[in-house]
Amino acid sequence: MSALPRAHELGLIGCHVCGLVCRESGDLHDAACPRCGAPLHRRKHGSYMRTWALLIAAFIFYIPANFLPIMRTVSLGDVDDNTILSGIIELWVKGSPDLAIIVFTASIVVPMLKFLAMGLLLVTSHRRTGWGQRQRAKLYRLVEFIGYWSMLDVFVVALLTALVQFGVFSLVAPLPGVVFFGLTVVLTMLASMSFDPRFIWDSRETDD
Amino acid sequence: MNAPEHALDAKEAHNLLICEHCDTVYRRRMLAPGETARCVRCDAVLERHQRLGVNGLLALVLTAMVVFVQANMWPIVTLGLNGQHVSTTLWGMILMMWNEHSQVVALLAAGTLFFFPLVKMLTLGWILFFARRGERAPGFVGVMTALHYVGPWTMNEVFVLGAMVAIVKAHAYFDVTPDPGIFAYGGLMLLITVFSGVDMRRFWSLAEAPPA
Repeated sequence: MSALPRAHELGLIGCHVCGLVCRESGDLHDAACPRCGAPLHRRKHGSYMRTWALLIAAFIFYIPANFLPIMRTVSLGDVDDNTILSGIIELWVKGSPDLAIIVFTASIVVPMLKFLAMGLLLVTSHRRTGWGQRQRAKLYRLVEFIGYWSMLDVFVVALLTALVQFGVFSLVAPLPGVVFFGLTVVLTMLASMSFDPRFIWDSRETDD
Repeated sequence: MNAPEHALDAKEAHNLLICEHCDTVYRRRMLAPGETARCVRCDAVLERHQRLGVNGLLALVLTAMVVFVQANMWPIVTLGLNGQHVSTTLWGMILMMWNEHSQVVALLAAGTLFFFPLVKMLTLGWILFFARRGERAPGFVGVMTALHYVGPWTMNEVFVLGAMVAIVKAHAYFDVTPDPGIFAYGGLMLLITVFSGVDMRRFWSLAEAPPA
């Protein structure tokens, strides 16, 4: 046994909800945490399949989220439909490059990073490789931490829609892209939550 | 339910700590102020020293509730064009999205900006109010579990940044006046950040259930 024992080596199991250290004995099927009643299991059930499914669904929604316009601006009969990217370009050109970078990070870099990172984590932990475990663990925590900032653009569109209501002079309306984008963010968040980071450490080689 | 079968001796269970991220088992040790325990294997935070006591936390939650009411009561921003003015509150925004065929966005905004933060504050307040007397609040297990799941779904800080982006975008075409709502939201963002960092798990052991 290594100097850093893992729970199953000691016959222990940590509750996912309340963190209580429990004894891993007998039948784990429909075992419950003695403190909070949540089901006890060594790893999240069906984690791989669920995470893959959610990630793929998120990616499918991400395509229309980028290609369909998210917002319509009408001013004096002049109609202008913006996608996520054209909105960022407009911000950049109109003299707010700093904000353009923030929106670009939140709406494009973060979702892409999530797809790549979660895909990488799923593939590598499925192959039970011992490669870069610490780095992969950190990558997972980064994804968890930054994930929800992608909602930024959705709130911008919502707020502008509510504010820019000047009849024929100026009007903003949401377009379907924003709905797809909102769903993408929720699905990627669900995907990263259903992934069990402990898989990263369940490598075939004895660790350390 | 075969719960007792999996129960460790209470003292033993309290002395042990399992890293949520990699399943490494540690012996718990008291942390000095400012100390953070990190997992040697995966570097995740195991525990932080909790600076705020129950009373401090409760004061924070009550403050957040007052600010939350303000943030929802007052308009967020006012736009002006040719002497015409339009302003909106959070709920004005949500209803507008609903009416503009973006019901999904309306539901997301209502959940992440209103209902989940509200549930978080109310449940936290409920737990803390009873924890002051060292008691488990009625419905303790259900409430704590709800708090665990609501955790990642509050997005007030994202909304504040979004409002700033919207203001800058609108500034090119309209007269923009920030209203009290946006400042209240800024305050709420700071408060929620502080108590989101609180490890709620310590309350599980703070008041174990009385013997049945």
